[in-house]
Amino acid sequence: MMMKDPGRYAYLPLIDRPRIRWPNGARVAFWVAPNIEFYELNPPDGQGRATWPRPYPDVLNYSLRDYGNRAGVWRVMEALERFGVRASVSLNAAVCDHLPDIVDQCVRLKWELFSHGVYNTRLIAGMNEDDVRQVIRDSVETIERHSGQDVVGWLAPAISATETFFDLLPEFGIRYTIDMVPDDQPIPIKVRSGRLISVPYSTEINDIRVMGVRGYPPEKWAAMIKACFDQLYREGADNGMVVCMPLHPFVVGQPHRIAALYDVLQHITSHSDVWLATAREIADWYYQHYYDEALRFQPSVKATRA
Amino acid sequence: MTANRLTYPNRRLGLDHKWFIHEPTIERLPIVWPQGQRVALWITVPVEFFPMDATALAVRPLGTLDRDYPDYWSYSNRDYGSRIGIFRIMRILDALGLRATAAVNAGAATRYPRVMDELLQRGWEFMASGIDMGQPHHGNLSVEDERYLIWTAHEVLAKVTGKNIAGWHSPGHSQSAHTLPLLAERGFEYVTDWANDDLPYMMSTPAGQLCAMPLTYEWSDRALLVHHNLTVEDYEAQVMQAFHRLHGEAGHYKGGRILSLSVSPWVLGYPHRVSALERVLTRIMEVGSVWHATGMEIVATFKAQVLHS
Repeated sequence: MMMKDPGRYAYLPLIDRPRIRWPNGARVAFWVAPNIEFYELNPPDGQGRATWPRPYPDVLNYSLRDYGNRAGVWRVMEALERFGVRASVSLNAAVCDHLPDIVDQCVRLKWELFSHGVYNTRLIAGMNEDDVRQVIRDSVETIERHSGQDVVGWLAPAISATETFFDLLPEFGIRYTIDMVPDDQPIPIKVRSGRLISVPYSTEINDIRVMGVRGYPPEKWAAMIKACFDQLYREGADNGMVVCMPLHPFVVGQPHRIAALYDVLQHITSHSDVWLATAREIADWYYQHYYDEALRFQPSVKATRA
Repeated sequence: MTANRLTYPNRRLGLDHKWFIHEPTIERLPIVWPQGQRVALWITVPVEFFPMDATALAVRPLGTLDRDYPDYWSYSNRDYGSRIGIFRIMRILDALGLRATAAVNAGAATRYPRVMDELLQRGWEFMASGIDMGQPHHGNLSVEDERYLIWTAHEVLAKVTGKNIAGWHSPGHSQSAHTLPLLAERGFEYVTDWANDDLPYMMSTPAGQLCAMPLTYEWSDRALLVHHNLTVEDYEAQVMQAFHRLHGEAGHYKGGRILSLSVSPWVLGYPHRVSALERVLTRIMEVGSVWHATGMEIVATFKAQVLHS
């Protein structure tokens, strides 16, 4: 019997929830999530859906993504450094093995690294819990070994899912997930044991969704993010909000689009009451100040099945 | 093999069904809205629940979860509308003194009592909108099963709100060949699934009459922003074009028109879009000669004039 709903977070309407205050009275916590990914040229079959639209070797689509690692990511790094913004990287752990120069540079820039599985071409859908555990363990250990950072965040590769993978994350030190997008503030996620929270990830303004899939021109994407930021900055005067800017270096890192990133960063960093944070810092602040209060809504949370 | 393509059993003057007659909008008896206002502004807000287990649907309403089960991602993206988006919409309507008509899935009415309380306090009208977005209406449903869906949807919403429920909107504008008579049988006064006019018109069923209300699909936020992937600037421009055209026609033909505005909490309620709603409504109210009304207020005004003339 399938679940009708996730049963992993409480219903907390905007008008009736604890007020969040960010450090120094910031209205908005702003974090940037570049997805640094490795797509295999020849991934295994039988994952439920084909990885590539064309038969092996799909040179066009593979190389479009590899462009991000050869050219795009360096532009994104330059732009963020220029505005003093540290990113939180959604990292396929195999990038550490294949392209350690990128990971080294992330570490030098003091970016946070969190797990985005091993490869973006290895879905967790359909796996049993022990297989999922192997993916989590491998990705966390690989990133920690290469970077010296402890990994506390998770986004499943290619946003694939099993019913119970959330329950396994705390076993490996994961403290926040971005695998659900119901809110503009962090919220507790119910798990079998341990603690987990959701950190907001603004999927609606994701560069791949907006420019890659929908084909918006870059300036329209920039306008969208600025509108998102402006709205939450207004609301944040009353209750602190999170704006996340998801990026894909192979999308926004293209020369015909990168100027839009500068435009957005200029707009956001020109505001005074913005906390330029990493996802981990947002999670830590939330755990420290709001988790216990929010948790009292949790006991009633349970998935319904038909 | 091809002979059935050469026989035309329904080829005759008028339409190929008996639900309603062909009446060109411009030839209709003029409708006069209160104070002779040109345009009735009818804002509808769907309050919806998209279940995770609706993976194989005969009809897939826009917004149906589109990733593999368990699609936590899309579920929570739609759920955002009921946690956050709808309250932003309420704030904007409150500030402009506007009331909307909520088209509520029974599953959402029971799942989001806080939303229902807030809507009740504001005096919005409630339309029944099926069980949830995973239970559309379609030709493979038996009459008994569909009757059960309609009865349950009506009963749940009437109970949660304590109100008389007069309007119906099927999930995703979906109907079977039995939906209209079943709605009439249950006592609904108006239905909003057919997208073929700018004005109300009467439908006939063996179980009685229904009023068809023009709930827009074409310039709804979900059609323009989700289905057609347009930007919010394009959305604003198209809604304003619709408004100005209808406003002009109302003057030209001396008969009121309706601007239907369908505002989905999981579409327009997102922070990068919601200010567009504020701008559009502010401009519409500034132009003036606008009667802002709920579904049943429009239907009652229409019927009082048309059925007694």
